Amino acid sequence: MKTGARILVEGLQREGVETIFGYPGGVVLPIYDELYDSPIRHILVRHEQAAAHAADGFARASGRVGVCLATSGPGACNLVTGIATAYMDSVPIVALTGQVPTSLLGNDAFQESDITGITMPITKHNYLVKRTEDLGHIVREAFFIARTGRPGPVLIDLPKDVSTREVEFEYSDSETVSLRGYQPTYRGHPKQIEKAVDLILEAERPLLYVGGGVISSDASPELVQLAETLGIPVTTTLMGLGAIPCDHPLNLGMLGMHGTRYANYAVTETDLLIAIGVRFDDRVTGKIDTFASQARIIHIDIDPAEIGKNKRVDVPIVGDAKSVLKDMIARVQKKKDYAKWHERIRSWKEKYPMRYRKDGALRPQYVIEELSALMKGEGIIVSEVGQNQMWTAQYYCFKKPRGWITSGGLGTMGYGFPAAMGAHFARPGETVFDVAGDGSFQMNIQELGTVSHYRIPVKVAILNNRFLGMVRQWQELFYDRRYSYTELPPVDFVKIANAYGIDGMRVEDPSEVRPALKAAIETEGPFVLDFRIEREENVFPMVPAGAAINEMIGGPCE
Amino acid sequence: MKPHTLSVLVENKPGVLSRVTGLFSRRGFNIESLAVGVCEEPGTSRITIVCIGDDAQIEQVMKQLNKLIDVIKVSDLTENDRVERELALIKVNAEPGSSRAEIMQLASIFRAQIIDVGAKTLVLSVAGETKKIDALEKLLRQYGVKELVRTGTIAILRGSKTVKSAK
Repeated sequence: MKTGARILVEGLQREGVETIFGYPGGVVLPIYDELYDSPIRHILVRHEQAAAHAADGFARASGRVGVCLATSGPGACNLVTGIATAYMDSVPIVALTGQVPTSLLGNDAFQESDITGITMPITKHNYLVKRTEDLGHIVREAFFIARTGRPGPVLIDLPKDVSTREVEFEYSDSETVSLRGYQPTYRGHPKQIEKAVDLILEAERPLLYVGGGVISSDASPELVQLAETLGIPVTTTLMGLGAIPCDHPLNLGMLGMHGTRYANYAVTETDLLIAIGVRFDDRVTGKIDTFASQARIIHIDIDPAEIGKNKRVDVPIVGDAKSVLKDMIARVQKKKDYAKWHERIRSWKEKYPMRYRKDGALRPQYVIEELSALMKGEGIIVSEVGQNQMWTAQYYCFKKPRGWITSGGLGTMGYGFPAAMGAHFARPGETVFDVAGDGSFQMNIQELGTVSHYRIPVKVAILNNRFLGMVRQWQELFYDRRYSYTELPPVDFVKIANAYGIDGMRVEDPSEVRPALKAAIETEGPFVLDFRIEREENVFPMVPAGAAINEMIGGPCE
Repeated sequence: MKPHTLSVLVENKPGVLSRVTGLFSRRGFNIESLAVGVCEEPGTSRITIVCIGDDAQIEQVMKQLNKLIDVIKVSDLTENDRVERELALIKVNAEPGSSRAEIMQLASIFRAQIIDVGAKTLVLSVAGETKKIDALEKLLRQYGVKELVRTGTIAILRGSKTVKSAK
């Protein structure tokens, strides 16, 4: 006989789970008691939201399923932001929540919340387990659903009596998951792939538009191979950074609201847009009618609902990016001469390079460039949300997939620091940097406690401008500089870090940037860097909301 | 923009209806009518949804429904030869006297049944296509409709074609 808690923990082990992030509470005590003797390592966070983000960071860095655990009611509710973040970026996590005993369900019992109801719109699927007998199967199904097809978060809600009750149960090796309502398509349709290849060979100005789907299907090698075989330039979304090395001659960098001018001009003039693992997000497309309006569009995605959702598509291909790209490569023989197209792009690149003012002030772009130079494309860069995120996306040279972790879809402030903790457990031994803003960092600053407790060697680089910077930027540009509630009082982040037993350093001059970053990297444990940057620096170029993406606002250098 | 009749085969599990209707509300789709009940396959239910939208919207509705793990099959019956029915129960004012006879006559023309007779009311049961029920309701309004209950449309394809899971 086994308790539900035992079945759960065995199930987690069978799924290969080594680390989970959680926070105990009344109704999960049976599970915590089981974890006490288990080989699974539990990381005690300081807020459940951080547990969900850490599981998410773990998943993005490793390509495996991340797991978090919280108690019922407030514990479960605190996971919500983290689950929604994972859902928007298609990240496989399994969230485990405690629930009041089944006899009290629906009675507004102490610490009861309808977490399956609450998370229905932000999970790929969720379960309220009512019988201990079902638990083993549900655990297996949950992991299967989370990691297959278009990955996503799955939640399992466990009433206390379900985890304490004892039943006869053995995991069987032969049992597989089969769901009649869930059969993802991995192979692209050969006819559609043939059509796509024909279009590519007809095109004069083709462009690859690549997103997070390429990263999550580990399709970077195939992407680069296809691009090189045909000589097609590539632009990536925020989520797609690292799919092709930053310094690859075919790479145009990021497109969209804060994309490079040359990427956005290329989209505007392309006659064939090959979209892979992207969802035509409004931050990418700007005014949708003018986005790639001269182009025929091929769209490859594992989720059929993404195809045609925002933009009409000429050749839809439902399938896994890696598999489809392989099939395409197999069909591609002749290399077409796109010399005129390359020449046009080269002239844009020359005319509109990414640049910022270099006048001796401490500018955030410089901090990122120095960080990039020191890291040499190794390690993992995580970001918070806002200006810090966009400067990192613009000025850091990403060379590998899964080296960049950021909240793209939901834009969750406070994401980066806990996600960086998760990334460390996925790839211990690699340097992990959280590039933060002072606003975002204060949204989950309590995790300094976790980092200190376990000596998690996460480095935090705060680009501190004492503003909610991106909001201030919008107020400057569109609200006549009326800085309504976006100024933050100064905070001594070094002292806060010290209070948690963590080393830190404040940096006020450009000359100190490199030594400070070096010190952080060379320190064995966690480290907090407080960069006092130019307060009213903006992220440029920028497409105003609702404008076409070639209608960009420049910076002081243009 | 026209009404589409969708037949949705789902796992008969707790919360499925909530997943389906929640999807409509959060994605801004409108439900005109919805009817649900168990069906011939054990462990499954069939939901008939009538919703209004252009082709792109309906395509998106169907794709999003298909993404739900508990949804087995989604079919748009609109372009197919099908039969549709809806049931309505209508409680109408019927003071003893002439109006009662008129109402009973109307019922007979519409093949509705009088299923309850009260001192001042009659309850009619009528099944048929939505338009027919609309028409009867309109006629009964002059007598005073006290209460009206409609089931929403259910639909099935004509002939041997079915909406079933692939297996």
